[in-house]
Amino acid sequence: MGWYMKIHEYQAKDLLAAEGAKIPVGIIANSPEEAIKAFDHLGGKPVVLKAQVHAGGRGKGRFKDSGKDFGGVKFITKREDIIPIAEVMFKYPLVTLQTGPEGQKVSKILVQSAADISREIYLGMVLDRAEGLPIMMACADGGVDIEEVAHKNPEKLLKMAVSPETGLLPYQARKLAFELGFTPEQVPQAEAIMMALSKVFLAQDANLAEINPLVVTPTGEVLALDAKITFDDNALFRHPHIELLRDLSEENPSEVRAAKSGLSFVQMSGNIGCLVNGAGLAMSTMDIIKYHGGEPANFLDVGGGANKDQVTEAFRILLSDPNVKAVLVNIFGGIMKCDTIANAILAAYKEVGFHVPLVVRLEGTNVAEGKKILQESGLKIIAAEGLTDAAKKVVAAAK
Amino acid sequence: MSILIDKNTKVLCQGLGKAGTFHAIQCREYGTQVVGGVVPGKGGTTKEGFPIFNTVAEAVAKTGANATMIFVPPSGAADAIMEAADAGIKVIVAITEGIPVLDMSRAKRFLATKPNIRLIGPNCPGLITPGQCKIGIMPGYIHKPGTIGVISRSGTLTYEAVWQLTNLGLGQSTCVGIGGDPIIGTNQIDVLKMFQDDDGTEAILMMGEIGGTAEEEAAAYIQKYVTKPVAAFIAGQTAPPGKRMGHAGAIISGGMGSAQDKMVALRKAGILVAESPADLGITLQEALKRKKS
Repeated sequence: MGWYMKIHEYQAKDLLAAEGAKIPVGIIANSPEEAIKAFDHLGGKPVVLKAQVHAGGRGKGRFKDSGKDFGGVKFITKREDIIPIAEVMFKYPLVTLQTGPEGQKVSKILVQSAADISREIYLGMVLDRAEGLPIMMACADGGVDIEEVAHKNPEKLLKMAVSPETGLLPYQARKLAFELGFTPEQVPQAEAIMMALSKVFLAQDANLAEINPLVVTPTGEVLALDAKITFDDNALFRHPHIELLRDLSEENPSEVRAAKSGLSFVQMSGNIGCLVNGAGLAMSTMDIIKYHGGEPANFLDVGGGANKDQVTEAFRILLSDPNVKAVLVNIFGGIMKCDTIANAILAAYKEVGFHVPLVVRLEGTNVAEGKKILQESGLKIIAAEGLTDAAKKVVAAAK
Repeated sequence: MSILIDKNTKVLCQGLGKAGTFHAIQCREYGTQVVGGVVPGKGGTTKEGFPIFNTVAEAVAKTGANATMIFVPPSGAADAIMEAADAGIKVIVAITEGIPVLDMSRAKRFLATKPNIRLIGPNCPGLITPGQCKIGIMPGYIHKPGTIGVISRSGTLTYEAVWQLTNLGLGQSTCVGIGGDPIIGTNQIDVLKMFQDDDGTEAILMMGEIGGTAEEEAAAYIQKYVTKPVAAFIAGQTAPPGKRMGHAGAIISGGMGSAQDKMVALRKAGILVAESPADLGITLQEALKRKKS
């Protein structure tokens, strides 16, 4: 499997609210008409229209080719502004720093009651690899890029290790809340939100859960204004209701297709397709292509037991990328025997109708038999000896 | 000499499905003492000549096993690790890929309550002391007995490294695949310490990859405590931030874990770092030469 599963902001907030976190009132709209209904339903008071896409940086993004200068988060006070703004949001793809230049189509907008803000705080939970434990992190400056804070002002980041058996304990939440400077009246509200975050993280096998910002309103109310949760895909088997929240339109189609065949695939922007067994060797293959002046088009790990069907599907995925000008197969046969792989390559090669040069490097178990099979096939396959030779040949072939 | 395992190691296999059975046979053919398997409900039977037990405790009592190789599917793998630890097994090798990370978080805390237990993995190829004992899925024949210690986070990249070493005539003392997950039982520093203390290990080759800060910490450790020559490689120099490269642990996030940062840290510690994955063997050879001159 290739990724962590993401969900939308409104879904993340619903999960947190179900565990007792206070969130702003909001309604999901699937069209401009529904957006205006939501506005009326919320009492005709100021709202924020929030485009629901998985990518971050929505506020600073722009709707591609719309000619408008607002992003995916828009504060609105007047009823007559709802329809034209929602129309733009639904019509044009939203481009942010994380979406790539083509942008992401918006199919849902969260219409949320606007909250006056007197303070913003960052709250998050992740796995601390070194300790092997989940930790809750908080920062008194909210709305910030927490990765930047962690890097530049690590002393501003408060951390609390959480036992995976007991979850965050109330006293730990209180301690964090007091350190963050909440007033005694606000502390119980902050504590409830922290407890909810820990509960969702542990009960649903999240690997990241963030509330950014957590806000305090002028009346002293503490609210989770924005939320982001991603889940450990290795644990989805025990959370079917979480898997239902998946939005495939937000994911790279090639990556989705690869995952279905048990392939681990990541799209890149170069022109040399790669098919490799093992993640470390797959990354190294990309590295050596770059080292010899080429640009990899993808990361693709066929895993330990690639068969003909998987190799065929892998080739199809690689060749569906119009940028791909040559393909490198790099297999170190251990358990997977080179003659088996050679036969799979031949069968797949014939089935998909190869239209770009194919360089094959085989090493390991039964390598002589494997090379012989490729040689005697009469197909235009470029054989390579060793990693360097393979990289040089595929870089030359892609030019 | 070697670390962790040798010709006297007695190995169990937990989980004898298709993969577990295949690899248990491969290990036996390599010369490993595979003394039995654990399959709940199949106790008292045999499979491919392996006596089967219902529980690890029973298997240990009857065979004297002191190591185990785990092929149990992801949903039950953390439980299998804890069962092995509770039965007193000292070297636990978890091959299983795809264990939920919070399961491993809980299992690791459980292991911390048991003295002197060494968990290798999960999501790893295992470990091998060439010519003596193989616990894992690596092809045995690419290895050669010798004095180079190998540490790696990945499988086939380890084979690549070992093959380059063997072709240069550099045999290996022990090769340890520590695994590609965010939470693993044994990290680079643990293995570095064992190799430093092992009389049979002359030099160390360490293959890291993007994600986390384990290589940076290993670099600091080497500078302080390791007197043997060390060569290294970091996979993922071309990996983009935010994308997970196959291994759950191989992801650049929070401005941390890039290959460049790791290579700089390693070089600062005086370690020779291969630029190209084709140069793993010769970089180690170079490190050995420098030491001698």
